[in-house]
Amino acid sequence: MNLEELRKLREEQKQSLSRRNTDNKDIQIIVGMGTCGIAAGAKDTLEAFIQELEEQELSTVRVTQTGCMGLCYVEPTVEVVMPDMPDVIYGKVDAEVARKIVRKHVMHKTMVNDHVFDRPAADIVEEGGNQ
Amino acid sequence: MHRTICDFALDLVQNSIEAQAALVMFDFFETEKDLTVFVADNGSGMSGEQLKQAKDPFFTDGIKHSERNVGLGLAFLTQAIEQSGGEFEIDSREGQGTSVKFQFDKSNIDTPPVGSAANTFLAALTYPGEHEMVINRKFNNGADIYSYSLTRSELSEAVGGFETSGSLRLLRTYVRSQEGISEEQAVSRKK
Repeated sequence: MNLEELRKLREEQKQSLSRRNTDNKDIQIIVGMGTCGIAAGAKDTLEAFIQELEEQELSTVRVTQTGCMGLCYVEPTVEVVMPDMPDVIYGKVDAEVARKIVRKHVMHKTMVNDHVFDRPAADIVEEGGNQ
Repeated sequence: MHRTICDFALDLVQNSIEAQAALVMFDFFETEKDLTVFVADNGSGMSGEQLKQAKDPFFTDGIKHSERNVGLGLAFLTQAIEQSGGEFEIDSREGQGTSVKFQFDKSNIDTPPVGSAANTFLAALTYPGEHEMVINRKFNNGADIYSYSLTRSELSEAVGGFETSGSLRLLRTYVRSQEGISEEQAVSRKK
C-alpha cells in the first residue's frame, strides 16, 4: 500500500461512515503509556482497542495516549470518558480486557468491574470489583 | 522491566517527545543477527551532569511523580544491554538535542524478544504532540533487504489526524501493510 492508496481508502471509509451512526464521537479512551505502561504491554493494549473498535464499526471514538496515571502497580491503565457513564480508570488492561471494555463499557454502558481501579464511587461498582 | 526490544525503543521515542523535540528520527534496523535502534531529537538536550543523572534509576526530575525518586526508562535499557552483551551510546548537548543508539545481538540468550515493530510504530507516531517524526525501518534477512519510511506529518494528513478510532485504524492498516503483516497472519498467530 502507498500513501495514495491510503488516502483513497480514507475517502471510501468516509463515505460509508456518513451513512452510519456517529453517536460515538463524545467517547474518549485514554491509554497510559508511561515507562510503567510500556513495561506492562500498553502498546498492545492500544492496538487491541483500535482493532476492536474497527470490528465493532465504531470509527469516531477518540483514542489517545498519555503518560503515567500514577497507578503503576496495575498497568496497563486506561481511562474511559463518555456520556451517561462515570469517568473510569481501568487497570491491568491487556488486549482481552480492552476488547471487553469496548463491548461492555463503550457499547452497553456497563462497567468491567474486575478492572475498575479509580474514580467511580464505591456504591456504583458491584461486588467483586477492585475498589 | 520492559519485555521486548520494541518497548525500549518506544520509551526512548517518548523521552524525545517529552524533551520538546520538533523533530524525532527513529531508525529501526534489523538483520538476522542483530537489531540496531537509533533515536535522535532536537529537543532540550542535557548537560553532562543531567546526563549522568538520567542513567541513574534512582533519580528523577520530580515533574512526573513528585513523591517518587525513580526514573527507570534509560536504566532498564542499560541493564538489558549489559545482561546480553549489547552496545549502548548516548550523546546529548544542552539546548541542541539528544541521540541514543543501541544494539542487541539477537543470538544472545539474554537478549529480550524483538516484539511487534508495527505496534511500536503505531504507538510512537500517535503519541500526542506537534512534533515531526520520521521512522526508518530496514530489514536484511540475508537474501532480501526491505525498507520503508514513515513520516508523521504525511501520515497524519493522509488519515485525517490521529485522534479518532477511524483514522487510527487506517494508520494501523497502513503500518501493517508496510511491515508485511497480513490480517491472515495476525489471525493465525492469535490461534
